[in-house]
Amino acid sequence: MHASIILLLPFFSALLILLGHRQLKGAAVLISVGSSIISFVACLFFLAADDDNKLLLPFIEVGQLQAGIDVLIDKQSRGMMFIVSFIGMLVHIFSLGYMKDDDAKPRFFGALSLFMFSMTGIVLAGNLIMMFIFWELVGLSSYLLIGHWYQKASAAEACKKAFLTNRIGDFGFMIGILLLFGANGGNVNLDDLATAFSSGPLRPDAPGYSAGFTTAAALCIFLGAVGKSAQFPLHVWLPDAMEGPTPVSALIHAATMVAAGVYMLVRVSFLITASPLAAEIIAGIGCVTALLAALMATQQNDIKRVLAYSTLSQLGYMVMAVGAVAMAAQHGHVPHAAEPGHPAMFHLYTHAFFKAMLFLGSGAVIYACHHEQDIWKMGGLRKHMPVTFWTFAIGTVALMGLPPLSGFWSKEAVLGAAYDSGSNILFHAGTLTAVLTSFYMTRLLIVAFLGKPRTDSAHHATEAPMVMILPLAILALFSIFSAFDILSTPLQAMKPPHVEGHQTVLFASLIALIVGAGGAIYLYRGKDKDPVSIKLFANKFYFDEIYAVIVRVCQDRLAWIVTGLERVFVDGLVARLPAAIVARLGAATRMLQGGHLQGYTFLLGGGVIAVVYLVVFVLPRLGH
Amino acid sequence: MSVLEIIIALPLLAALAIWLGAPARAASLGATFLNLILVLVATVQYSGKAANGLAFTYSRPILDNPSLSFAVGADGISLILALLTTLVMLSAVWQIEDRPNIFYISSLLIGGGALGAFLTTDVFFIYAFHELALIPTFLMIALHGRADAAQRKAVAWKATIYLGAGSLVLLVGLVWAVLEFSGGSKLTFDLEALRNQATLTPLPAAKQAQIFFVLLLGFGSLVSLFPFHSWAAPAYATAPTPVAMLHSGVLKKFGLYGLIRIAMPLLPQAVHVEWVQNALLLMLLGNILVMGLVTIHANRLDDTLANSSVMHMGYIFLGIAAGTEIALKGAVILMFAHGVSIALLFGLCGRMRNQLGTLEYNKLGGLAAHAPAFTVLFAFGAFASIGLPGLTNFAGEVMIFAGSFTSFKAGVLSNLHWTVFLALWGVVMSAVYMLRAYRSIFHGSATTGLFMIDPAVSQRVPFILLAATLLVTGCCPWLLLNLMKSAL
Repeated sequence: MHASIILLLPFFSALLILLGHRQLKGAAVLISVGSSIISFVACLFFLAADDDNKLLLPFIEVGQLQAGIDVLIDKQSRGMMFIVSFIGMLVHIFSLGYMKDDDAKPRFFGALSLFMFSMTGIVLAGNLIMMFIFWELVGLSSYLLIGHWYQKASAAEACKKAFLTNRIGDFGFMIGILLLFGANGGNVNLDDLATAFSSGPLRPDAPGYSAGFTTAAALCIFLGAVGKSAQFPLHVWLPDAMEGPTPVSALIHAATMVAAGVYMLVRVSFLITASPLAAEIIAGIGCVTALLAALMATQQNDIKRVLAYSTLSQLGYMVMAVGAVAMAAQHGHVPHAAEPGHPAMFHLYTHAFFKAMLFLGSGAVIYACHHEQDIWKMGGLRKHMPVTFWTFAIGTVALMGLPPLSGFWSKEAVLGAAYDSGSNILFHAGTLTAVLTSFYMTRLLIVAFLGKPRTDSAHHATEAPMVMILPLAILALFSIFSAFDILSTPLQAMKPPHVEGHQTVLFASLIALIVGAGGAIYLYRGKDKDPVSIKLFANKFYFDEIYAVIVRVCQDRLAWIVTGLERVFVDGLVARLPAAIVARLGAATRMLQGGHLQGYTFLLGGGVIAVVYLVVFVLPRLGH
Repeated sequence: MSVLEIIIALPLLAALAIWLGAPARAASLGATFLNLILVLVATVQYSGKAANGLAFTYSRPILDNPSLSFAVGADGISLILALLTTLVMLSAVWQIEDRPNIFYISSLLIGGGALGAFLTTDVFFIYAFHELALIPTFLMIALHGRADAAQRKAVAWKATIYLGAGSLVLLVGLVWAVLEFSGGSKLTFDLEALRNQATLTPLPAAKQAQIFFVLLLGFGSLVSLFPFHSWAAPAYATAPTPVAMLHSGVLKKFGLYGLIRIAMPLLPQAVHVEWVQNALLLMLLGNILVMGLVTIHANRLDDTLANSSVMHMGYIFLGIAAGTEIALKGAVILMFAHGVSIALLFGLCGRMRNQLGTLEYNKLGGLAAHAPAFTVLFAFGAFASIGLPGLTNFAGEVMIFAGSFTSFKAGVLSNLHWTVFLALWGVVMSAVYMLRAYRSIFHGSATTGLFMIDPAVSQRVPFILLAATLLVTGCCPWLLLNLMKSAL
C-alpha cells in the first residue's frame, strides 16, 4: 500500500505537470512539492513494512517472460527509499527558493517529480527488467533536468552527453539481464536469482556450470553501473551534468541517481561474489575512478566541478567497496557479503546527506553571488553567509572523515573492506584517495569562504532565504549524526557491524585526514590565486578530448564511409545494374513507353493482375 | 455480413464519395473516425471473449475451383494492425491542411487497402488489397512529392520498380506455397485451409526453407529489408506527409504481417533451418548496423526519419528470426509501436517543413522556446523510437530480445544471440542520431532566426492521439498482448 503511494504519486504529479504546466502555472509547484512531502510521510510508514515481494502492476506476461512492476521490500530497499524520499523532499523545498525567478519553474518541478517516480522504481524493483525500465527513466529525467536551460549550448550538449553515455552502460546492462534471463529459465526476479546462484541451477557445482558465463554476466551488469554511477571510463558525463540547476546536482548527480549503480550492484552481490575475476575488476575500476577523480578535483576552480569530481571519487570508493567485499567473501573473511550491512551502502547513505548538503550549500553561494561559480572570485563568504558557511564546513569535514562525524565511520568501513579484500593496492589507493579528498575539500573551503572577498559579487553576497537555509540545516544534522545508532538502527541495512582490530585502518584514515588538510592549509591559506598548476589534472587527463577524437573517427567517419559504400554498392548492385540491363532490353521495346508514370503504374497494376490470372487459373490446369 | 467488411469498405466508399463531389475533409474525417470506433469495439469484443483464433469471419464464395472467396476474419494480430491503420489514417487525414482532394482520396485508398490486406483471410485478396494500396502511394509521390518534378518522378520510379519486383517475387512464393498446400486436386487460397493442410502434412524442412526464402525476399523488399531497401528512404523523404505517414507507419507492415500470418504458420520450421536463419540475421544486421550508421550521417530531419524507419525494421525481422512465441508477439507489438511513432514523427516533420521551409539541422535551433507543445509531441515520437520504457516500442524490443534468449544455455552463444548483442548496440546508435536531431532542432538557439509557433489546438489533435497511444500502450502493453493470447 505505502509502496504504491510512494511510487505512483510522483508519477501522476509528473504527468499532470508535464502535460498541463501552462494551464496549471503556480499550482504545478504545489503539486510537485506536496507529492514529495506526502511520499516522505508514506515512506516513514514504509520503513516499518514487513519484508515482502509482490506484484504491483502487470506489464508483460507472455510465456517465460513474466515482467511486472514487482515491489521487493527488504532492509536495503527500505533504507534506500528513506534516503531518496527524504533528500528528495528537502531538495523540492530548497528549489522553491532557488528556482523562484525561473520562467520554466513548472517544467522543472514536473521533471523533478518524474525523477522521484523513476528513482523510486529502481529502489523498489523486484526484478531486473523492472529495474532496467526505471533505470532508463531516471536517465530521461536526468536528461530533462540537465537540459533545463536548453537555450545554453553547453547545457544542451551536456544533457545529450549524459543520456548517450548512460546508453552505453545500459547496452551492457541489457546484455547482462538477457544472459541471466536465458540461463535462469526466464526468471530475473532478484530473490529467485539469488537462490539460483546459491543453491539452484547456477551454483558453482551444478552440472554445466560455466565460470566464464558468470563472469560475463556480472561484468555486463556492472557496465550498467559504470554508466549510471559514472565510473571510469564512462565518468565523463557527470562533471558536465553540473550544467543543470544546482538542486538537481544535489539530488540526482550526488545523492541518489548516481548512487543507483552502487545500489544495483549491492542488489546483485550474489552474482559478483560468484565470480572472483569480476569482483577484482569491479574493485579495480572503483579504485581507479576514486583516485583519478580525486586528482582531477584538486585542480578545479568551479565550485560545482570540485564537488562533481569529489562525487565521482566517492562513487568510486563505493564501487571499490562492492568489489572488495565480494573478494573478501571469496576468501572466506565474511560469512555473507550483504549481511548485515554493506560498507558500500553505508558510505552511500552517509555520503548522500553530506554531499547533497554541500551541493545545496554551493547552490546558496551561487545564488548569493549572482551565478558566480569560480571559487577564486569568491572569498570571505564566512561573514556574509554564516549559516551557509557553517553547514558547508560541517559537510566538508564529514566528507573528509573527521571523527565522530558520519563520513568517518563509513570511510573507515570502506577502507576496512579494502583491507579485508587481501589486496594491498586497493587499501593503499583508498588511503591515498582519502588524503586527496581531505586536501581538495580544505582547499575549497579556504578559497571560497575564508580570507577576503575578491570580487564585488562576493562582497555583496547575502544569506539565502529561509526555504534554502532550512534544508541545509537539516542535512547538516544528518551529516553529523547519520552514522550513530539512533539514526542508523531503523535503517539497519546501512551500517555494517563495527569491525574490531583494524588499527591499521583507523590510523591510515586519521593520518590521511591530517596530511591532506595540513597540506591544503599550508598551500592555500591567504592566497589570491592558485599556487599549484598541474595541467594534466586541470584538464581531467584529457579524457574529453580523447573521446571526441574516438567519436569523430570511429563513429562519424565510419558513418560517412558506410553511407558512401551503401550508395555505391547496394544501390549500384541491387538497383543500377539490373536497371542498366533492363534499359538495354528496354531500348528494343521503346514503343511501349508513353513517358507517364500514371500510365506505368496502371500498367503495373494490370500486369500484376494478368500474372495472377495466368499463374492461378491457367498454370494449375496445365499441371493437373 | 461481418463488421470487418464495413471497416474495409468505409474508407474506400468515402474515397469514392469524395471523387463524386462529397466535401472531402468532412467525409474523410467522418469515415476514419467511425472506422476507429468500429475497430476499437471489435478489439474490445475480441479481447473479452478469450481472444482465441479467428473471429468476425464471413465468407462470400466467388469461384469453386480453384476455390476463391472474399473471406474476412481477424485474430489478435490483424486487429492490432487494423487498430494501427485506423489510428494513423485518422491522424493522417486530420493533419491535411489546404490540399487538393486527391490528398484525402489517396490517404483513404491507402488506408482502406491496408485494412483489406490485414482483415481478409484469402491469400488472393490479401495480396490484391496491398497492391491496391501501393498504386496511390506511387502516384502521390510522383505528382505531389516534395521535390522538383524530375527528381520526385525518379524517386517514385525507384519505389515502383523495387516494390513491383518485390511483389512479383512474392507472388511466385505465394503461388508456390498455394500449390504445395492445396490438398488433393482442388486449389485453394483460403489461409485457414492452407494452414490446416500445413499442420496435417508438413513439408520437409529443406523444402520449407526454400519456399520461405522466396517469400522472405518478396515480403522483405516491401519492408525495406537490407539490401533491398534503397527505395525507402528517398520515397519517405519525398512523399507528401499523409502518404509518408501511412506508408511507413502502416502499409510497410504488410510484408511483416505476411511473414508472420502466412509464411511462418505454413512453414513453421523454415526459420530455424540454419542457412535461412543465418541469411536473415545477416540481412537484418544490414538494416540495423549499416542503416544505423547511414542515419547517423544524415543531416536533415526527413533523411534521419526515413533512414531510421528502415533501420528499425531490422528489430522486427529479429523477432521473426528468433521465431519464439515471445519474440513474435514482441515483433507484432513493435510493428504497432513503430507505426504509431513514425507516423507521429513524419506528421510533425511535414508540419515543420511547411512552416520553416527547411529541415537542415545546421539551419535550425531553439524551437522548444517558440513551440513548446510541438516539442513535447516530437519528444514522444523521438523517445519512443529510441526505445524509452513507458512508450510502446520498448515493450516490443524487450520482448524480441528476451524471446531470442529463451533457448540460451549458460556459456553457449549462437549466431542469434550475437545478433541480439549487435542489435543492442543499434539501440545506442538510435539514441545518437535521435538526440542529435532533437538537440539541433529544439535546443540551443536558432542560428538563422527561423522559428515556428505551436499548432492550434485543433491541429494538435491527431498528434496527441498518436502520442497518447504510445503512452497508454507503452505503460500497459498487456492491453495489446491480451489480444494475442493464442494468436500465433
